Amino acid sequence: MSFFKEFTKGLWNELPPFRLLLGLCPVLAITKNANNGLGMGLAVLFVLVLSNMIVSLVRDIIPKKVRIACFIIIAATLVVAVELLMQAYAYPLYQQLGIFVPLIVVNCIILGRAEAFAAKNPVYLSIADGLGMGIGFTLSLTFLGSVREILGAGSIFGYSLFGESFEPFHIMVEAPGAFICLGVILGFMNYLSKVQNRRRGLDKKNVGSACSVCGGCTACSRGNASA
Amino acid sequence: MSIFELFISAIFVNNIVLSQNLGNCPYVGCSKEKGVALGMGGAVIFVIIMATVFTWLTQKYILVPLNVTYLQTLVFILIIASLVQFVEMFLKKAVPPLYSALGIFLPLITTNCAVMGATLVVQREKYDLLTGALYSCASGVGFLLALLLMAGIRERLETLRVPKAMAGTPISLVMAGIMALAFMAFKGMI
Repeated sequence: MSFFKEFTKGLWNELPPFRLLLGLCPVLAITKNANNGLGMGLAVLFVLVLSNMIVSLVRDIIPKKVRIACFIIIAATLVVAVELLMQAYAYPLYQQLGIFVPLIVVNCIILGRAEAFAAKNPVYLSIADGLGMGIGFTLSLTFLGSVREILGAGSIFGYSLFGESFEPFHIMVEAPGAFICLGVILGFMNYLSKVQNRRRGLDKKNVGSACSVCGGCTACSRGNASA
Repeated sequence: MSIFELFISAIFVNNIVLSQNLGNCPYVGCSKEKGVALGMGGAVIFVIIMATVFTWLTQKYILVPLNVTYLQTLVFILIIASLVQFVEMFLKKAVPPLYSALGIFLPLITTNCAVMGATLVVQREKYDLLTGALYSCASGVGFLLALLLMAGIRERLETLRVPKAMAGTPISLVMAGIMALAFMAFKGMI
């Protein structure tokens, strides 16, 4: 249990929106463009790190029975702070994100990490966990936002990519695009893990390395099964 | 906008799950069977109306007069959390059959952003109490509808052969997307 290990698990193995499927509402609703995704991700990062820290600090004081209520109050206080900060320093973004800023408080990631990790672990590990998860969340949101913005508007972070002749795929920046995009990305990640596992299995058996190049075509898996 | 239009638009046109992207966690998590979907949807309708009424009254008679509207988020979530607890206890005592049907879903509703989202939308759109309650009721019905449709499709999907990497959540998300696409057609109605 090292600081580094807790930090990195949130970046791939337990990447919050894609692997744990937590906190889907902001993921789907505000990733219309990369900018919003990044802003939302940073707001969640801020709340997550601080709530993990505070929960971990007070974990021995809070009675077991009322812990959930306490976690919610801690998260809500931090969210109010974020709201006020955003109104002061990032008002356009605050308006774009709309009701999804106050809704960070019911984001399952915050409560989930408080309950599953911060309530049981020392402060520095909880901070690492919050940082890793928060950064993973921010990256995922930015990535999803970029994909949708590129397909739906032909730009990234507001900079046009393809010029005038590009016919944007409007549906990607509407609600249906969010579902389809996330579904396809999840499928792709499952596929990647499958290929990874297969490659590891092949390494153990010392079968020729040609299969790892082709990345799991049907012929290879059939050959693998017969061998 | 008349009351009827508001009702229809909240159920179909601005469906809370498929168009506003609220309450997606239970939408993905609780839509594996029709019975579960019905229970969850029923519980949400029940809580969403009460939450809207209580938060509306609190906002109007406590937060605004005291000039502490910036505490909205904190106060609303506390109201919803305690309301859910209270409803659970009340149902257990007063209507045991309903409790056994909805009981296990109630704790989950605290962190359901459809409930919190509806109360916030009512505040931002400045609806009066009756319109707000109607809007939240319609949102709840829309949630139930989306959940039920999804559960129906997913039960069929169990028997189909889906590419392995897409099986489970990924394919249901893509389906939700297609469903949202179908719901977009209702935009022509109003």
